[in-house]
Amino acid sequence: MARTSTPVVAGWFTGAGEDFRLLGTECPACSSVFFPREDGMCRNPGCACDDLVEVPLSRRGRVWSYTDARYRPPAPYVSDPELPWEPRALVAVELAAERIVVLGQAALGVSVSDLDIGMEVEVVAGVLDEEGDEDTGTAWTTWHWRPTGVTA
Amino acid sequence: MTRDVAVLGAGMHPWGKWGRGFVEYGVAAARAALEEAGADWRDVDSVVGADTVRAGYPGYVAGATFAKALGWQGARVTSVYAACASGAQAISTARAQILAGLADVVLVVGADAAPKGFFRPAGGDRPDDPDWLRFRVLGATNPAYFGLYARRRMALHGDTLEDFAQVKVKNAASGALNPNARYRSPVSADDVAASAVVADPLRLLDICATSDGGAALVLSSMEYARRHGAASPVRIRAVSTVTPSYPNTVLDLPDIATDSAVGKEPEGPGFRGSIARAAYEEAGIGPEDLSLAEVYDLSTALELQWYEDLGLCAAGEAAKLLREGATAPGGRIPVNPSGGLASFGEAVPAQAIAQVCELTWQLRGTTGARQVAGARVGLTANQGLFGHGSSVVAVR
Ligand SMILES: [Zn+2]
Repeated sequence: MARTSTPVVAGWFTGAGEDFRLLGTECPACSSVFFPREDGMCRNPGCACDDLVEVPLSRRGRVWSYTDARYRPPAPYVSDPELPWEPRALVAVELAAERIVVLGQAALGVSVSDLDIGMEVEVVAGVLDEEGDEDTGTAWTTWHWRPTGVTA
Repeated sequence: MTRDVAVLGAGMHPWGKWGRGFVEYGVAAARAALEEAGADWRDVDSVVGADTVRAGYPGYVAGATFAKALGWQGARVTSVYAACASGAQAISTARAQILAGLADVVLVVGADAAPKGFFRPAGGDRPDDPDWLRFRVLGATNPAYFGLYARRRMALHGDTLEDFAQVKVKNAASGALNPNARYRSPVSADDVAASAVVADPLRLLDICATSDGGAALVLSSMEYARRHGAASPVRIRAVSTVTPSYPNTVLDLPDIATDSAVGKEPEGPGFRGSIARAAYEEAGIGPEDLSLAEVYDLSTALELQWYEDLGLCAAGEAAKLLREGATAPGGRIPVNPSGGLASFGEAVPAQAIAQVCELTWQLRGTTGARQVAGARVGLTANQGLFGHGSSVVAVR
C-alpha cells in the first residue's frame, strides 16, 4: 500500500509520466484559453460564449521569470514544521500556443541557479505534500516545471 | 475647475508596530485631519472608511466604526474595500459625493493593525479563492511575485541588484526626515546587500514590511473651502480607479496565470500604465507636469517599474533615471519624498490615503527638510490585488 494520490485541485491537470498535462478550458467562439479553468463564461469582453471546453495545455514553454521562497510560506501551504525549510523555486512559464503565463513550483531539486529567463521547461507531475501514514494517507499531487535541458 | 475638490486637512497616526487596535489609529488620524482643517467633526456630512480585513466585523464596516468612535452625529456613511487601493476608492467615493452635491465636507479614514510576517489569506478551505489557492498550491507569498518582477526586469532591462538597493537608500534617506515614518534610519547599499534573501533576487531590505498606521483627509467642495477661508487650498483634480483590460498579460497578484492573448490582441499600455493614463487624462496633464510622485514601492524593483508606467521615462530606462538622480530629492521628478513604503511599511487601507497626505503637505510646502521645492502638481499611484487601479492627482 502507499498513500492515495489526490490532485490538490480537481480538474487542473491529468495523466502521468509523458502524458501529464495541465488542463484549461478553451472558448470555441474566440479561442481564448483559460487557466485556471473557467467553466462558466468566456472572459473576453467581446465574446458572449458560455460553452467552454476542456483542453490540455502545451507541455513545454519558456521561463518568463523565476524566484524562490527562502522562508517557509504560511498556511494554507503545508510543510513539516519538524524539518528545516528548503528553499523552493517558483517558475512563471510562457506557453507560446496559448499565449499565457502559468506559475508553478519548480521540480524538486531545481533551484534558481538552474534557471534562466527564456529557458525551455516542461510540465511534470509532482507531489505537493503528504499527510497521514504510509498506508492510509494522502499524497496531494500538483504540477511542477522542469528544465528540458534545451536553452533558448 | 469645477471638478476639483479641496483638501482642507490631512492627518496621520505615525506608522509603526504599536500593538493597539486599528480604530485608535484611525481616530487619531481623523482628529489630526479635522484639526488641520479647522473643522468640527459635527460639521462632517459624510464619512468614508477604507476597510481592513484583519480586524473582524468592525474592520469590514470601517466607516461606521470610525463614526461611532468619533461620536455618532448622523453623518452619511460608506465603507469600501479594494485591497491596497481601498484608500483611493474611499477618496473617489468622497469626491463623487462632493461633486454630486450630496455632501459639502467628507472625512476619509483608513487604518490598519498589521499581523507579523507575510500577509496570509483568511482561514478555512476556499478552493474557489485565487488568494487561497496561490498559498495552498504554490506557497506564493507577495514577495514571490515581487521577486518574479524583479528578475524579469534584470533580464529584460539590465537592472542590477545595486539599482534596487539604491531605491532603498534613496527612500530611507527621505523617510529619516519624516516623523510619520516607521523606519527613520539611513540605509546603505551594503546594508541591503547584507540582508537575507527573501525571494530571489530580492532581499529583506528590498521588500516593504507590514505596519500599523492610520491616515485621514478632510475633503470639501471648492465653494465650502472658499466660504471657510481656504482661498487657495490643495485640490484633488483626478482619481483613477480603473480595472485592467482583457487580456491582462502581466502576472498579477494573486493570480496563478495571466489571461491568454490568443482570443484578443492586447492593446494599450498594460494595467499599471492604464492607471496613470486615466489619471493624467482626467487631470488634463502629462508626466512632464509632475513636481513629485508617491508610488507604491512594495519592493525596490517595483518602484522602478512605476517610473516607466507613469511615463517618467521610456520602458527599460527606469534604472538610468534613478542613477541620474532624477527621482531623488532635488532631482527633476522626486519619487517618494515621504520615504515611501520602504520607510513606512504597508498599512493597507491607510496607505493610499497616506500618499495623498504627503502630496497635500508637499503642495503646501510644509514638509520641512524633505520639501520638494516649488511643488505644484503631485501624483500617487498604486495597484490593489484583484485588479484595482489607484492614482490621485493633486494640485496647488
Ligand atoms: Zn470567447
